[in-house]
Amino acid sequence: MSVSWATADPPKAVPAGRPISSSSAWRAALLRQTIGIAGLAVLLVLWWGGTKLIAAPGSFLRHFSPLEAVTTLGRLATNSDLPIHVLVSLRRVLIGLGLALVIGVPIGLAVGRSALLNSATSPSFQFLRMISPLSWMPLAVMVLGVGDRPIYFLLAFAAVWPILLSTAEGVRQLQPAWLRLAASLSATRWETLRHVVLPGVLAHVLTGLRLAIGVVWIVLVPCEMLGVSAGLGYFILDTRDRLAYSELTAMVLVIGLLGFLLDAAARGLNRLVTHRH
Amino acid sequence: MIGQTILEANAVTLRYDGDQGNVLDPFDFALKPGETIGILGPSGVGKSSLLRVLAGLQQPSSGAVHIRGQALWGPHPRVSIAFQDPSLLPWLTLERNVAFGLDFKHQPQLSRAERARRVDEAIAEVGLSSARNQFPDQLSGGMAQRAALARCLAREPDILLLDEPFGALDEVTRSQMQRLLLKIVSDLGTAVVLITHDIDEALLVSDRIVLLGGSPARQIGEWTVDLAKPRDDDVSELGRLRVDIVSALRRASPAHHKDEAHAV
Ligand SMILES: Nc1ncnc2c1ncn2[C@@H]1O[C@H](COP(=O)(O)OP(=O)(O)OP(=O)(O)O)[C@@H](O)[C@H]1O
Ligand SMILES: [Mg+2]
Repeated sequence: MSVSWATADPPKAVPAGRPISSSSAWRAALLRQTIGIAGLAVLLVLWWGGTKLIAAPGSFLRHFSPLEAVTTLGRLATNSDLPIHVLVSLRRVLIGLGLALVIGVPIGLAVGRSALLNSATSPSFQFLRMISPLSWMPLAVMVLGVGDRPIYFLLAFAAVWPILLSTAEGVRQLQPAWLRLAASLSATRWETLRHVVLPGVLAHVLTGLRLAIGVVWIVLVPCEMLGVSAGLGYFILDTRDRLAYSELTAMVLVIGLLGFLLDAAARGLNRLVTHRH
Repeated sequence: MIGQTILEANAVTLRYDGDQGNVLDPFDFALKPGETIGILGPSGVGKSSLLRVLAGLQQPSSGAVHIRGQALWGPHPRVSIAFQDPSLLPWLTLERNVAFGLDFKHQPQLSRAERARRVDEAIAEVGLSSARNQFPDQLSGGMAQRAALARCLAREPDILLLDEPFGALDEVTRSQMQRLLLKIVSDLGTAVVLITHDIDEALLVSDRIVLLGGSPARQIGEWTVDLAKPRDDDVSELGRLRVDIVSALRRASPAHHKDEAHAV
């Protein structure tokens, strides 16, 4: 299908000095984006139809329509604590990811380098990874107390696996030629790590980070529903308790939007680094 | 200048892990300061392996390599090797690739200004000044190879080990780089081991030509080229040597017998 679309409108004469490939790649990207936006529009129409057309007049569902959600969102953004809750949540995400990087990257480097260490840890990591971070919640609260600390722990725990495993994979894919070059220049262990290994695995670390952001964003909201008095998860429960349904819908929208932006940022960072390759 | 050897291999053998036989037979080798040795030999004979041993990157299975009489246990800061592939780091610009390693702890300590001067000069010498801010994936194969050469030159080593450094270059650039090599040898007195597939290249720059052959590899021929450099004009004398080397190389090539059968 995409082929017939691309050929339906053959490129006009290419301006001199502009390679064909870059101009057609640009067209393909534009096409992709247009289709993506159209898909979002369809989603919006479905949402609107579901709450306005299918739901009977006076039905409970009518509270959740897009129009109400968007107007409420505008009000919340200017006229409430919402920005603070967003900032609190983002801060938790950053701290959780930071901890996961600080723990995951060094362990990943070690595991990627040593086949022995890899065999020794691989089953344990796969086992721990498959436990939903949320199942640690009661334990985390018991050990770390109520407040931000159990949330940091849970987020870091959720984020550490993709970072660790990607880093280890990155080390395995380091080109022997790069290491040989460092050796031929009498590089110390530290110099090899600093100038070859770390930049060489950076793209993989960022891929892991992007996966981690996805996981952390999903785990964040339920984590914030317990024992804290700020953040997106808290706010959702609060709207429910206040029976403020349009605010609830607005919050769902906010969570989706922020997650989308976080992912886009991670992708942008990734592209920035790999483009320099 | 001639006299003491600067790089010496004594009865070096090499065997890779696994149950293949030796790659190198007991191999002897001596390089004098300022001397250029060209190494020829069929593909797969063990030229790159020999160079890695001489560079201290690969411990010989027996025998020893000495630099100025001292046993070599690892890469030496005054020795610079250009690998068969350019081995540029893809995340660094050409300029930073050339500067790579100059500030490492075991390298001779240079001031920042001196490092910058050497990098600029090396990049200019290989003719890549206009590409200095490009990344390796933007360079052609020949440009990448010259960048790798510049990285070696910037270190101003005493010994330069080059593994087919001009293989990806066109005829004109190649002859420019050969002249550059001659200039560096005469300006800095650098000793050079040059692996090449190109007999004419070996004839133009070498003081001695060593032919490797057989399996395990050993030296099966040696020629001294006793002509002043540059040698572009000594065509007839070089031509005689060339015929000699080509026929020796033919005999050394594993495909030799097959070739003859087809020729008849
Ligand atoms: N790291 C290694 N491990 C095991 N065997 C190797 C290794 N490197 C080279 N060899 C083997 O050693 C032999 C010599 O290889 P080498 O690369 O030294 O040849 P060469 O003369 O440089 O060939 P070419 O002209 O094609 O570059 C080959 O049979 C090769 O398979
Ligand atoms: Mg080789």
